[in-house]
Amino acid sequence: MSAQSRNPAPPAAAAAWRRVVSQGAFETRMILRNGEQLLVTIFLPVLVLVGLSRSGVVELSTGGAARIDVVAPGVIALAVMSTAFTSQAIATSFDRRNGVLRLLATTPLGRGGLLAGKFLGVAAVEAVQVVVIGGTGLALGWRPVAAGIPLALVALVLGTAAFISLALLVAGTLRAEAVLAGANLLLVVLAVGSGVVVPVSQLPAPLEHVARLLPSGALGEALRGALIHGALPAWSVGVLLAWTAVLAWSAARLFRWH
Amino acid sequence: MPDSPAVEIRGLVKRYDGRAVVDRLDLIADAGRITAVLGPNGAGKTTTIECCEGLRAPDGGTVRVLGLDPRTDARALSPRVGVMLQDGGLPTGVRALEMLQHVATMYAQPRVVADLTDRLGLASFARTTVRRLSGGQRQRLALAIALIGRPELVFLDEPSAGMDPQSRHAVWDLIRELRDEGVAIVLTTHLMDEAESLADRVVVVDHGAVIAQGTVAELVVAHDDRTLHFRAVEGLDLGSIGANLSAAGPVGELSSHTRSVSVTEESPGEYVASGHVDPGVVAALASWCAERNVLATHIWVGRRTLEDVFLDLTGRSLR
Repeated sequence: MSAQSRNPAPPAAAAAWRRVVSQGAFETRMILRNGEQLLVTIFLPVLVLVGLSRSGVVELSTGGAARIDVVAPGVIALAVMSTAFTSQAIATSFDRRNGVLRLLATTPLGRGGLLAGKFLGVAAVEAVQVVVIGGTGLALGWRPVAAGIPLALVALVLGTAAFISLALLVAGTLRAEAVLAGANLLLVVLAVGSGVVVPVSQLPAPLEHVARLLPSGALGEALRGALIHGALPAWSVGVLLAWTAVLAWSAARLFRWH
Repeated sequence: MPDSPAVEIRGLVKRYDGRAVVDRLDLIADAGRITAVLGPNGAGKTTTIECCEGLRAPDGGTVRVLGLDPRTDARALSPRVGVMLQDGGLPTGVRALEMLQHVATMYAQPRVVADLTDRLGLASFARTTVRRLSGGQRQRLALAIALIGRPELVFLDEPSAGMDPQSRHAVWDLIRELRDEGVAIVLTTHLMDEAESLADRVVVVDHGAVIAQGTVAELVVAHDDRTLHFRAVEGLDLGSIGANLSAAGPVGELSSHTRSVSVTEESPGEYVASGHVDPGVVAALASWCAERNVLATHIWVGRRTLEDVFLDLTGRSLR
């Protein structure tokens, strides 16, 4: 410690990429270590995948495709929502309440680095989800269109951006307890009623129109389009971009650090 | 920049919902000095510090930290300023040592983690999650995090709240050592003994403005009066004692001009004389007792404490 007074150079920050990678790894560890979050992000989607592909409880018209080929992309969409939205909204709202966001904002990580770290953490957890869900799907006979995989990645990025923005918006404006209750509920409502797992075209008429306009329905449609037909539906891409713009703008304006 | 103060606040104003929580506050803190910001709850201490940390935007006045603006120069300041928030700012699911190591990765040349864990006794709960730490353990971890980047300036918001005496002394020793290395330390507290034993300079804040400042000695002397305590049989004539003590001059003579000394019986047989207490007053008390064959079993002169001064300045009513 005595070296400090002899050291004329002011203390310096670590390189920006190191700070962000470090924060991303930290966020990933925090999510994967949390039992409840693992339940929602990994086990629940796998359960849905196995349940829907193996049993006929939910009627699905597959338009000629194998049942698993329709179900697997939707389950990946569900998994993305659980990580980018539910899990991130809950974690961020508690970090906000506990002053974690303010403390990290005063370190060289800064607010921008904190945000970048969160994106990285979410991306890492999504990678784990895709491997686990994708692996389970392949084992169950899923055969996605190879040419659609890069397009599916685009859809994943767009969906993640929209849902992280939504997560930050609620985490930055509502009380932590409200987020805890609301985020899980919203996930279930969106998952069941907005064309995430079940194709939008198979929802009852009024719901179908709503679902096409929601980011959840758009993400499901985009992933099914890419992995079943090898093409991204332009409408879904537009809906995701529009939601991202509105939600990110609102989060940037309304987010309260205190 | 070498001789500019570490923190320079001029006319700071911060309002919440139109109400001024900080109202034209001025404050200077120097390198190599411990500056204690003392004030009752709600006085505006934390808000002032948060303006210095760049966490809140002032509504008026100027704040310079190491010669820079904490809002617009945050990137340049963050590696040089250490922060310990009042509510800790620690995620609940992380292990203590893991959090410290994580924050260390944000700096190019952080302190050696093991040195800090030794100094602050973190080893005993290194693998415990923050959720399970006691209040004092969290405070020590938060302090370690504030210091890990070798800051030139440290803001500590109630650093020893919830700590046991051993931890407090370890923390105080570390803070003094940093001061001696040339670090500027700004701490808020409402613990009088903390301010009294640590601070080179005390700034008393109330209702969002500075109402007194100086060294502890200066503050106590400026609010000069001493107190004379004595114990004897109960029910002595307070008026008579007061008159005699007020008339007492330098030892051995009666002064021509009287100085006011008032005497109260705080509990049966426990008396306190306050006002201008000098050797003559002590002698006058002894002779008053001798003349009436009253044996005073204890006589002592008390210096006013920082707490007495603080309560005089900020009032005794609860807030």
